[in-house]
Amino acid sequence: MTIYKSISSFFKPIGRSTLDLFQIIGKIFIYILETLIHLVRPPFYWREFASCIFNIGYLSLPVVGLTALFTGAALALQIYSGGARFNAESVVPSIVAIGMVRELGPVLGGLMVAGRVSASIAAEIGTMKVTEQIDALTTLSTNPMKYLTVPRVLAATLSLPILVAIGDIIGIFGGYVVAINRLGFNSATYLNNTLSFLESSDIISGLVKAAVFGFIIALMGCYHGMNSDRGAQGVGKATTNAVVSASVLILTTNYLLTELFF
Amino acid sequence: MAGFMISVKKIKKSFNENIVLDGISLDVSKGESMVVIGGSGTGKSVLLKIILGLIKPDSGKISIEGQDILNIGRTKFLDRFGMLFQGGALFDSLNVWQNIAFRLVKGQHPMKKSDAKDIALQKLKRVGLNPNVADLFPSELSGGMQKRVGLARAIASSPEIIFFDEPTTGLDPIMAGVINELIREIVVEMGVTAITITHDMTSVRAIADRVAMIHNGLVQWTGPIKDLEKSNDPYLNQFLNGESKGPIEAIR
Repeated sequence: MTIYKSISSFFKPIGRSTLDLFQIIGKIFIYILETLIHLVRPPFYWREFASCIFNIGYLSLPVVGLTALFTGAALALQIYSGGARFNAESVVPSIVAIGMVRELGPVLGGLMVAGRVSASIAAEIGTMKVTEQIDALTTLSTNPMKYLTVPRVLAATLSLPILVAIGDIIGIFGGYVVAINRLGFNSATYLNNTLSFLESSDIISGLVKAAVFGFIIALMGCYHGMNSDRGAQGVGKATTNAVVSASVLILTTNYLLTELFF
Repeated sequence: MAGFMISVKKIKKSFNENIVLDGISLDVSKGESMVVIGGSGTGKSVLLKIILGLIKPDSGKISIEGQDILNIGRTKFLDRFGMLFQGGALFDSLNVWQNIAFRLVKGQHPMKKSDAKDIALQKLKRVGLNPNVADLFPSELSGGMQKRVGLARAIASSPEIIFFDEPTTGLDPIMAGVINELIREIVVEMGVTAITITHDMTSVRAIADRVAMIHNGLVQWTGPIKDLEKSNDPYLNQFLNGESKGPIEAIR
């Protein structure tokens, strides 16, 4: 009997957490489905959408821009030191461009925006939930999914590719500045190599990734905010969960999408 | 049946193992002001939220004017309601008049912004607030003012049914008296059906036509306000007199 008990007490937590995990995955899928259904059904709140574009897109520009600038600059140095071992320093411009556009632009941009936007969405919606504002929306004949989730998810999905495109340019510029000033590259050759080796599929795959990451960022913020527990602690937990889950999902889907585009 | 505006039949609801409502039934006539009293955690708020469809009951039926609410469209049903939340539940991102005019502008039948603002200002005046607070944000208002704005928002679209969730909680006695009076006046002049939940006995006496007391997930006592003091119900008397000893066990 005691052996049975100790065996079951060993397996119980494993079973419980597995069940919990599947339950959360199921809930998130239902949430995605609901978001998509509300997206295509009127009414659409244009004013909310516009303010989300401003908050999520425009106000994230400095973060994404700075991240890209320094990443591009560091990348140029690293590739130069790697390339020098094979007498292949000339690959610096093309690899900086490909690396930024295909991988680092969307992933680092996505992670930075996840930290900024998922957190703020989860905290805002979580507080609304805790102070009964979500219930108030419903009693005022307004669907919270339509009014809060749809504008945020759509705004993030559309603005992330634009942010990342700008970030890509800034990142390549960062690499260019370092290569010209520190590594002794010729300006015209550098730019020429950057452009001639970059294919449109590189750019498109990066922007598609960015759109998917934008969807994940806003969705995780909204989902965790809407499911926030009561009180300040509940909102804090929702915010943490939103950022962690958005970041992990970005890294996971990044690998899957890279396999897909490979 | 048809005479009742709101009819709640044998609603059951439990959260995990905790039974909150145990087959509760309650009828409210048209134009009547029903006040539901009961200790904290007896499921008063849950009952209101179930009627509004914010929480799904485990079993039971709710009808409005004899029609099962499951057969009435959800938005059509909510369009007839107004609700004053316990903490006001004003939207922080919108200013006072936008809060009040929310349903008028964003609801099912949106009206012109300037018309909605005019109505919002009228309602603001009705709850005794100066029009110059219209452009302030909820965080800039005192608790009593927030309650008043919440009240103005609840009545903005002239609903037929209004719910008040603990309207005087967190207010000083004088402000509580003002809010009670306002609620009573508004209920009478608009002819609405009202359900108020509270444990403030001053509110009960100011607002109620009828009173229902909830205990153990059921209606323990119900009757017109004039019978309240004469009742021999030991549960009700313990509640009215605020005694710690009696049939209702207080957890210490």
